[in-house]
Amino acid sequence: MSNLAVLPIIIPLISAIILVFFNSKTNISRILTRAFSLIGLGVTGYIAWYVIENGSIILETGDWIAPYGIILVVDALSAILVLTTNIVAVACAFYAPHAGLGEKEKFYFYPFFFFLITGVSGAFITGDLFNLFVFFEVLLMASYALIVLGGDKIQFRESLKYLLINLFSSMLFVTAVAFLYGVVGTINMAQIAQRVAEVDQQGILTTIAMLLFFVFATKAALFPLYYWLPNSYVVPNPVVSALFGALLTKVGIYSIIRVFSLIFVHDIHLTHEFFIWIAGLSMIFGVVGALSTNNIKLIVAYNIIPAIGYIIMGIGIFNQEALSGSIYYLMQDMIVKAALFLLVGVIAYVAGTSDLRKMSGLIHHYPVLGWVLFAFAFVLAGIPPFSGFIGKLLLLEGAFADGEIVISIIALLTSLLILYSIIKIFIRGFWGDENAMKNLEKKSTKGLIAPIVFLLVTVVILGVGAEYFYPITDAIAAYLLDPQIYIDSVLKE
Amino acid sequence: MEFLVIILSGVLFATAIYNLLQKQLLRIIIGTVLLSHGAHLMILTMGKLKRGQPPVLTEGVTQYTDPLPQALILTSIVISFGITSLILVLAYRTTQENKTDNMEQLRGNSNE
Repeated sequence: MSNLAVLPIIIPLISAIILVFFNSKTNISRILTRAFSLIGLGVTGYIAWYVIENGSIILETGDWIAPYGIILVVDALSAILVLTTNIVAVACAFYAPHAGLGEKEKFYFYPFFFFLITGVSGAFITGDLFNLFVFFEVLLMASYALIVLGGDKIQFRESLKYLLINLFSSMLFVTAVAFLYGVVGTINMAQIAQRVAEVDQQGILTTIAMLLFFVFATKAALFPLYYWLPNSYVVPNPVVSALFGALLTKVGIYSIIRVFSLIFVHDIHLTHEFFIWIAGLSMIFGVVGALSTNNIKLIVAYNIIPAIGYIIMGIGIFNQEALSGSIYYLMQDMIVKAALFLLVGVIAYVAGTSDLRKMSGLIHHYPVLGWVLFAFAFVLAGIPPFSGFIGKLLLLEGAFADGEIVISIIALLTSLLILYSIIKIFIRGFWGDENAMKNLEKKSTKGLIAPIVFLLVTVVILGVGAEYFYPITDAIAAYLLDPQIYIDSVLKE
Repeated sequence: MEFLVIILSGVLFATAIYNLLQKQLLRIIIGTVLLSHGAHLMILTMGKLKRGQPPVLTEGVTQYTDPLPQALILTSIVISFGITSLILVLAYRTTQENKTDNMEQLRGNSNE
């Protein structure tokens, strides 16, 4: 059964290659994309179920025994994240044909879409630090192509910056891996974790840990390294923004969770305390950014940053409740961010502008759209019974248990402001005079709403079914707190 | 020997960052290329620099060279080569579309 582990990587990869051949035939591409994304969802769903029931799947590629070859480790954390990735992929695959891509669909949009999924799944699954870098590059390469697709003036300008910042942090990633290899002599994550405990000079390990944190924080857009994010996520098509917002920053945050729960746990007071401060500042600056603008796409892009702050806060506190909350929040945030980007894409499309000041009274024309947005505002702010509530509840429980009062207050106030920033879209855009937008022609939203409603249903299930999901995230949190389980399962000692 | 190469790598990093902070696009790209060279030299040095030894551990061989850093560098070189060619094309098209290669003028304003 261990070959199951490679499927989440190989399915999108093969899909992408097949789609290259059907590039000029848009209709076939669309059908195949939907079919492949559904296959991916089915398979990863099965894998997630299998892993939760039977424990981690470990694949030693090429039969090289664990510390020597590249290994793929699907533990419960990877499995649920890969599953969530595929849920987002399905929604985007069904949304894409209606998203007004036009000619861009013929510029290898669908192959790059699947290459992106390949990279993301690979990054979640790999058990090798250098391999993580390689999968980062796979997903970044796809993202470079997607972000510049179409080639507007602004797109070129912003994607150049996006590429440069990611290139810089990738090179630092390689350097950090080189340093770590110099100190512990291995790049297998389990073996690194084992040897880190045996190294005499803990100081140099902390330095390497911070270097790696810098790399991942750049990719995850944490304070103060988020400056590249908002503008570059606004310029591409909504589908691309949704994929980026849902997946790319989350890969960075996943890497932080993995590395700082498995490998660098030797100096928690220094590193993890630092994370809590970063978390607080990310929340404040992100939400201030979201409140400062009237561009609906920018509002959503800025909202990524406080969400990342919540997740990193759980890692900083580093007890079972908080970690469990982080994982819960990570799952739901991937879905919510994808849905929000798709949603503002629809709003910008029907209103013909993304400037809030020029919108008004949309609810008379598009009632469903309005109420879906309203529901997502509640999800994002964490109002029960939606999933955001459970994630935040667990995080705050963990924070209070450890006596981290300041960050709890910041987190609670930030939630309110997040709610305000999204409700602002609802109030300004949907309420108001029906006839204010005179030359607004009625546009068809056929096929655009369904994927968003699908994501909304998933989030509601995640919230209402907390009784079923909470034990899973709780078990994952307990598993993350004890790196020995991971080490033993990989090295089989 | 390792000592010298580490210093060389440091010099490469410093020049790279100096170039990255320039305003002209081509200089920035040269900066990224130098940065990747620095990083690759760094990996190579981490496996210890030895001469005339086989990279495999077989019977009768007591002194061997670590093959892993070389495999890592090869992967990394391929990736950075690909990205460099991509960024060159991207920079060329950006300058064509925006009529400037000065980062100062490519700043952009969020409220457009």
